[in-house]
Parts: sequence; structure tokens; C-alpha cells
Amino acid sequence: MSHVVIFRATLRRELKLLARQKADWVNPLLFFIIILTLFPLGVGAKPNLLREIAPGVIWIAALLSVLLGAERQFRQDYRDGVLEQLVAARAPLLGYSLAKITAGWLGSGLPLILVSPLLILFLGLSTDALLAVVLTLLLGTPLLSLLSALGAALTLSADKGGILLALVILPLYIPLLIFASSAVEQASFGLGYQAQLAVLAAMLCVALALVPIAVQKALKLNVG
Amino acid sequence: MFKWLDPYAKPQVLFATLLWWQRGLMPLAIVVLVIGTIWGLGFTPADYQQGDSYRIIHVHVPAAIWSMGVYAWMAIAAFIALVWQVKTAQWAIGAIAPIGAVYTFIALFTGAAWGKPMWGTWWVWDARLTSELILLFLYLGVMALQNAFADRQTGDKASAVLAVVGVVNLPIIHFSVEWWNTLHQGATITKFAKPSIDPSMLWPLLICLLGFALLFGALTCLRLRTAILQHEAHRPWVRQYVEEQQNARV
Amino acid sequence: MPEFNFASFADFIAMGGYGFFVWLSYGGSLVALLALGWYSKRQHQQFMQEQSSRIARETRVRQQQSREQV
Repeated sequence: MSHVVIFRATLRRELKLLARQKADWVNPLLFFIIILTLFPLGVGAKPNLLREIAPGVIWIAALLSVLLGAERQFRQDYRDGVLEQLVAARAPLLGYSLAKITAGWLGSGLPLILVSPLLILFLGLSTDALLAVVLTLLLGTPLLSLLSALGAALTLSADKGGILLALVILPLYIPLLIFASSAVEQASFGLGYQAQLAVLAAMLCVALALVPIAVQKALKLNVG
Repeated sequence: MFKWLDPYAKPQVLFATLLWWQRGLMPLAIVVLVIGTIWGLGFTPADYQQGDSYRIIHVHVPAAIWSMGVYAWMAIAAFIALVWQVKTAQWAIGAIAPIGAVYTFIALFTGAAWGKPMWGTWWVWDARLTSELILLFLYLGVMALQNAFADRQTGDKASAVLAVVGVVNLPIIHFSVEWWNTLHQGATITKFAKPSIDPSMLWPLLICLLGFALLFGALTCLRLRTAILQHEAHRPWVRQYVEEQQNARV
Repeated sequence: MPEFNFASFADFIAMGGYGFFVWLSYGGSLVALLALGWYSKRQHQQFMQEQSSRIARETRVRQQQSREQV
């Protein structure tokens, strides 16, 4: 079985699951919106303050909502024994991992991008800043999906997976947070942010090259 | 190229070697640290700008430098464990991680105690302290991951993967935090200027640097020995060793 | 031979006014390192004790079994 075959098969299956179990992609989306609602309620709705904290808040909310779904990513297949079968059959887990990550992004990252225009209303962003938000989400959410898949794969058979996953992912996530929120901040001042986008793109390329291999290794050792 | 290292992959051989090293390194580490700290505390002139508070440098800087050095060693052990499947290297990760975490904590703690008189606040989000804090999370992550599994071996292997991922991420984190800090320069009170150090003040610093390194070596020997014993508990040579120690005590 | 920097022991403790922070740093570091060393030693000793009891128990069981066989 080649990587492409298993990639397509897994992706098709994941998309079917997403279509049937709508909660899998609706819940993280709702969580994202709820967090964005809570911030103005918690810190006060002064427009200047909100505009200042908006870049960071958006990206923290994005992380939390992706983390929410991360634990579940491989758990079902692990529990059902699907992973064990794949490992025993020496199937190319790389294709499987990539499909899982892609489906994960489609379920958690893409909805965030589509819902982002709401942020104009909630946090008083300018259209320049909104464009920056969409662009950073476009580059950053795949990176988030890759990192959360890595965390999920590492903690798959651990006892207290959830918080451990967050602890494991946090240091990996910090550079993404810094550059993404900085890009949005620059945009809100009407300044250029190509440098930040370039760094984000570079981080995405590096992650795309290295993380799936690490995920594959982590899956194998959790099943073995 | 590394054939001469092969015997040390065997737990029993490694155990004996480590005991020998530990017996030498521990007293040496203590002596060096005592000399370094007392020299730094009492026998160097006060700093022109910072007065006597700069003496904290003799614990802060070695701890900070070795917090990163220890991580490098942990990553090397993890790499060896993953690539060559060497079990003793896997066990070394768990032995080394707490030492690095404590060094990082010391760097943060002494940094805060130095910051209060210098910048007027216990904590500043400057590039170095922030990077150290993230480094502490990396260590805690490795330690937590290792202990989170019912099967000890899975935990060892998972923490090895995380350690290697972390070391790739470390320069990225430093770069991004430095960049972030220069951006938000206005928010911080003063930049943490590297003190240009007088040669007379340099000696105790270097001695303490050496002392922290020796202590790392000694503690690693002790902790790795314990890990070897724990993992090989069912083997006859361990049983023999335990009985010998018991008889020696009686 | 470097000379002692302070006029008196009281001055040494005071550290030019920064005494609290200097001794907090050195003291805290010392405590942390001692705790690490003590914990590591204790882990080792715990293992030895557990193994000793286990071996003693096995010996007792074996003796009991051989006695029963006779």
C-alpha cells in the first residue's frame, strides 16, 4: 500500500466522519467565538483597548480551540485498534498521519478562517488588520494542526493526556504566537508585515517537512 | 567511529564506570563551588554601577548557561536513543532532565532577585528571562511526558522524541523571543545590559561555571545509576550488587 | 592573593545594602541544589531498600518451601 493510497483513503474517511459528526468541527468553532466574546466582557469593551489586545487574543483563542479537538485526533483509531492494525501491517503511517493532519486542519483551522470576519465586529479591527488576520490564520492554522497532531501522537497512550498535551505543545507554539500576533498588530497600525508572514511561511515549511515524521514515530511507539 | 563506546551501552559496564566517575566528580564539584562562591562573595571588589548586588552573577550566569548546556546533553542522549536504539541513552534523558530544570529554576529565581534591586521589579519580560521561562516549560514537558505512561518504556521513548523536537525548536524560540523583545522595547524599563566584567571579577565566575558543570556530571552519574538499577532490577548482577551493599553495611 | 573586600563581617552580610537579594539568591540556589541532591540520593536508597526486602522475602519463601518439601 503506497503513501498516496493510504492518504486518500484516510482523508476520505475523515471527511465523512466530519460530515456526520458535526460536533467535531462545530464545537471548536463555538469555543473560538465564546473566547472572543469573553475577552471584551472580562477586560472591558473600550475600543482602543480591544484593538490593542485583539491580535494576541485572536491567536490565543485559535490555539485553545485547536487544542480542544487535538486530543481526539488519534484517540478513536487508537481505541478501535485501527492504529495497531496499521502498525502491524507495516503500512506507510506517513500517509496516514498527513491525512489526519489535513483533515484536522479542515475541521479546526478552516472554520476559524471562514469565521474571522466576525472579528471586525467583536474586536473592532480595521479591514487592514482583518486581512492580516486571515493571512496569518491561513499560514498559521496548518502549523497549529501540525503541532497539535504531534502533541496528540506523543500523549496518545498517556494517562492524563489533555493537560499534558497542552504543556507539550506550548513551547512549540510560542514562536507562532509571537509572529502571528505581531503581523496583525503591524497591520492595525497600517504598517507592512511581510517579514512576519515570511517567517510564518518558513516555520510552516520546516514543520511540514519534519513534523509528520515525528508524528509517525510517536504513533508507532505508543502502539508498540 | 564510536566502536569504543559500545561496551558502555551495556548497563552493567556503564554502572561500574559511572560509580567511579561519581566518586571523583561529587567532592570535586562541591570544593570548586565553595571556592567559587566564597571568592565571588567576599574577595572581589564591588561593581561601579551595581554595587555588591552584581555578586549574584556568580550563580545566575553559570546556572543560565548550563541550563542550556544540560538541554543540549539531554538532546544528544535522546538522539542516540532514537537513532541507535540504545536503552541506556533513553534512561539518561530521565536522569538529566530534573537537573536541567533545577538549573533553569535557579537562573530564573536569581534573575528575579537581581532584577528587583536593578530594575525595581521582580519580573521583566525581557528576552533572556522569557526564553529561560520557556526552557523551563520544555524541561517540565519532557519530565511530565516521561512519567505519564503506565508502560515505562513508552514514556522513555516519547520523551526522547520530545527532547529532540525541543532542541530543534530552541533556536527558533530564542530568535522569536529576542525579536519580540526588541519590538516591545518601550514597554520594558531598562535593557538588561551585559555587564562588562573586570578580570578580577571574571575568575570566580569561571570557577562557578566549572563547578556547575562538575555538579551536573556528578548528579547525572548518580541519577543514571539509579535508573539503570531500576530498569535492570530483575537481573542477577543487580541482585548481587544489592546483596553486596547490604553486607557491606552490616 | 585577593584581599577580603569588606571591612567587617557585618558589612559582608549587608552587601552594601543589597544583602537581602544577594543572600536570597545564593540561599535559594543552595536550597534548590541540596534538594535535588537529596532527592536523587533518596531515590537510590529507596530502590536499594526495596530490593533488599524483596530479596529477603524471596529467601524466606524459598527456605519455607524447602522446609515444606522435607
